[in-house]
Amino acid sequence: MIPPRSHSPKIGGSRPGVMRPPGQFRARMFRVAFVGTALAFATVGRAQIKVGDLFPSLQAAGLDGTIADMQGKVLLVDFWASWCDPCRASFPAYGRIHADLAARELAIVAVSVDKDPAAYATFVRSMNPPFVTARDSGQKLVREVQVPAMPASYLIGRDGQVRYIHKGFHGGRTESELRGEIARLLDEKTNPQP
Amino acid sequence: MKRLCAAIITLVAVATGSGGCFSVNAVRVQPWERAALADATMRPDRDPLGTQMAEHIYFSREAASGGRGVGGAGCGCN
Repeated sequence: MIPPRSHSPKIGGSRPGVMRPPGQFRARMFRVAFVGTALAFATVGRAQIKVGDLFPSLQAAGLDGTIADMQGKVLLVDFWASWCDPCRASFPAYGRIHADLAARELAIVAVSVDKDPAAYATFVRSMNPPFVTARDSGQKLVREVQVPAMPASYLIGRDGQVRYIHKGFHGGRTESELRGEIARLLDEKTNPQP
Repeated sequence: MKRLCAAIITLVAVATGSGGCFSVNAVRVQPWERAALADATMRPDRDPLGTQMAEHIYFSREAASGGRGVGGAGCGCN
């Protein structure tokens, strides 16, 4: 025998027209509001890489170009673009630094943020740098690092920590500052100074 | 209850919509996104002949010459 249908409203359930207790409904709405607000603020900004932070892995960044293992080396990562005039001025300076210090376990990687592969190739062909260049075609790494200016160079110690950051390139002044800082980092063999 | 629901939905909509306005980084053009702005066509002096002609018309109309430039050594005394 089929039991008679009750016409009294049921508590709970997800069917339309079914009433829920007010407390449960309110809790669910607050949860939705909290998640929505958290999502809104989470998309606002990412943390900029600062001195003392670990620099993201270049191998894992999906760069266009071959990046060798830089483990245990002092690393100078330069972000540049073909449309940036100071970047053009910085390449000969990095070339000189590379020529003088590459033998002492310094590696220079110049990461281009160019979206246009032809512009990147033309720039590299014209400058013919002796150090490694790669292209961040999806601008993934540069977004992760949140570079403050173009160009921007990050000097990373043997432990992978960012030790110095240079915003822009200011000719001989930047080059001499870089040389001093690189010399300090190269002298730190296994016990890096804070 | 309906009022509470409407208030919460409005709060979420406002937070989601205006979330980007709370951060300078979210609304300004980032340094690596300035390829178009750095293009030569964006320079005001990209066409010297066009600039010269426009200035000629301007100076003829205003009956003045050299109004656009400043003479001297930059001391601002003339």
